[in-house]
Amino acid sequence: MNTAPRKKIQAVIVDDEELARQVLREFLSAHADVEIAGECANGFEAVKTFTERKPDLVFLDIQMPKLDGFEVLELIGNEAAVIFVTAYDNYAIRAFEVHAVDYLLKPISVERFEAALARAKERMGGKTPQAPLLPAELAASARPPSQYSDRIPVRDGARVFIVPVAKLDYAEAQDDYVALASEGKKHLKQQTIASLEAALDPSRFLRIHRSFIVNLERVARIEPYGKDSHVAVLANGIQLPVSRTGYARLRAYLDR
Amino acid sequence: MHPILTQLRRLTLYLFAWIPIAGMLAYLLAMPGAITWREAVVLAVPLCLLYAFLCLSAWYPCRVTPIERSSLSRLVSTHLATALLATGLWVMAAKTLATELSQSAPYRGLDKRFATEIPLLVGTGVLLYLLSISLYYVLLALQASQEAEARVMKASVLAREAELRALKAQVNPHFLFNSLNSISALTSSDAAKAREMCILLGDFLRRTLGLGEKAAIPLEEEMSLIRAFLSVEKIRFGPRIRLEENIEKEAMDVQVPPLLLQPLVENAIVHGIANLIEGGWIRLDVQCRNGDLAIVVENTYDREAPARRRNGVGLANVRQRLEARFGNRATFGVKTEGDHFRVSITLPAEREARTA
Repeated sequence: MNTAPRKKIQAVIVDDEELARQVLREFLSAHADVEIAGECANGFEAVKTFTERKPDLVFLDIQMPKLDGFEVLELIGNEAAVIFVTAYDNYAIRAFEVHAVDYLLKPISVERFEAALARAKERMGGKTPQAPLLPAELAASARPPSQYSDRIPVRDGARVFIVPVAKLDYAEAQDDYVALASEGKKHLKQQTIASLEAALDPSRFLRIHRSFIVNLERVARIEPYGKDSHVAVLANGIQLPVSRTGYARLRAYLDR
Repeated sequence: MHPILTQLRRLTLYLFAWIPIAGMLAYLLAMPGAITWREAVVLAVPLCLLYAFLCLSAWYPCRVTPIERSSLSRLVSTHLATALLATGLWVMAAKTLATELSQSAPYRGLDKRFATEIPLLVGTGVLLYLLSISLYYVLLALQASQEAEARVMKASVLAREAELRALKAQVNPHFLFNSLNSISALTSSDAAKAREMCILLGDFLRRTLGLGEKAAIPLEEEMSLIRAFLSVEKIRFGPRIRLEENIEKEAMDVQVPPLLLQPLVENAIVHGIANLIEGGWIRLDVQCRNGDLAIVVENTYDREAPARRRNGVGLANVRQRLEARFGNRATFGVKTEGDHFRVSITLPAEREARTA
């Protein structure tokens, strides 16, 4: 057991290649104040380990089985300092330069690694303010433009659900979260409805209300509701409120 | 676009061509003797100038009735009608001119003497109009052949570009950087293995380097390239990659475009096996069938894997190269069945003539 008076920095290494993890392990072994709390070979494991160990620092590969690095970032959020590790990725690099603690390019040099670790420690010490963006926004900015999500990862404790966009009925804003209704279940995700709207293909999903995005394929009919107000009735009978601007958008879509 | 009207140089040439026609017309008018030479010239010059422009209009009916795609009756009726219309207009103009001229002293009585020339004028008008129609059909055919030539040129340039792109993209930077990172890891833990990986990577790169200039290589050479590639990937991915080779012996000396199969195998790893926690297999199946080479690259993949950015680029490239090289003599198909992903290719089995 750790008997040191000061708590060590808990680090997690996420990479599907054993040899890639080995490099980071070796570089980290030179730092007595950092302890490796876990190693993961895929995105699901990463989220699980993150939930259980609550690490301070994560080294995150981009291309991995199950969940890629961006999706993991979306789920684990800003609670840890994240250093991305990647071989070659123009979009990602640009995004990291703006938002992430740091990024490392493979093959990783010791100097570059030390610099990234120093930056991460600085951030953990609270000397630099946290990234102002929500993780989902950060991850979105790292994606190539004009590419809409085809799946939405959702975290429930240590478990990860993948909601395929095609199976999403509607999304409802709930404070800092969005509730994703899919196949009769609701999944809560920490994300603003505006950033979810931006991630979804506008030809398939429409913001019909300040708090609602609907899958257009699921809309069975639009009914008037009270005086100059409407509801959208979905194929499964669920009724969603439609605001005046939302109704105008729906009409514009239907008239096309 | 009118081929003559829109180009000043062509229009000038065209009008020059009408000078001898004006001469001929004057000759024809003066020949019967009813009209003097002077009167004939004064009539023929403005009439030919007018008709030169009237005949320019023949382009439009020609364009809407392409000679190879219109029925004979349509061709005849269209052009006869327009020829008669143009001639009618022309003869009317000629009559007006003769009448106007007869007002002045030197040409008195021209209108009456001109009347006998009308049948001649009608004949000339129809003939000239039909002549210009044939001119436009020649121009159209010329234009079509030029366009066809340009298309062929463009297609071959595109094919060359696709080929170049494919050969340039031969070493995926991901593969290279990840391999270097693996070597970097091995240097401290297993120096001998690091050296082995350097040699394997060097071997693979050297094999790909020489291929840029070659149009085709024996399948055997492509296979050893794939094996070199896989031996590097096996160090990276460990036991996660399993390769199953099923290649007919006769297929080994068939000539194939270089780096045609390697991207497919790489694709199978990057989009298939790399996404599977437990790893998976790649099956490579090559058979000779009725003068064709039938190639199947099949692998396991995760249906719920996150979409990859470069997805499809490698496959599209292989398809383009096949199309550019073999046209419809090659086929390319992609099929997913459960958690299997399969690419099937057939291409003509060409063998290099054996040198004695």
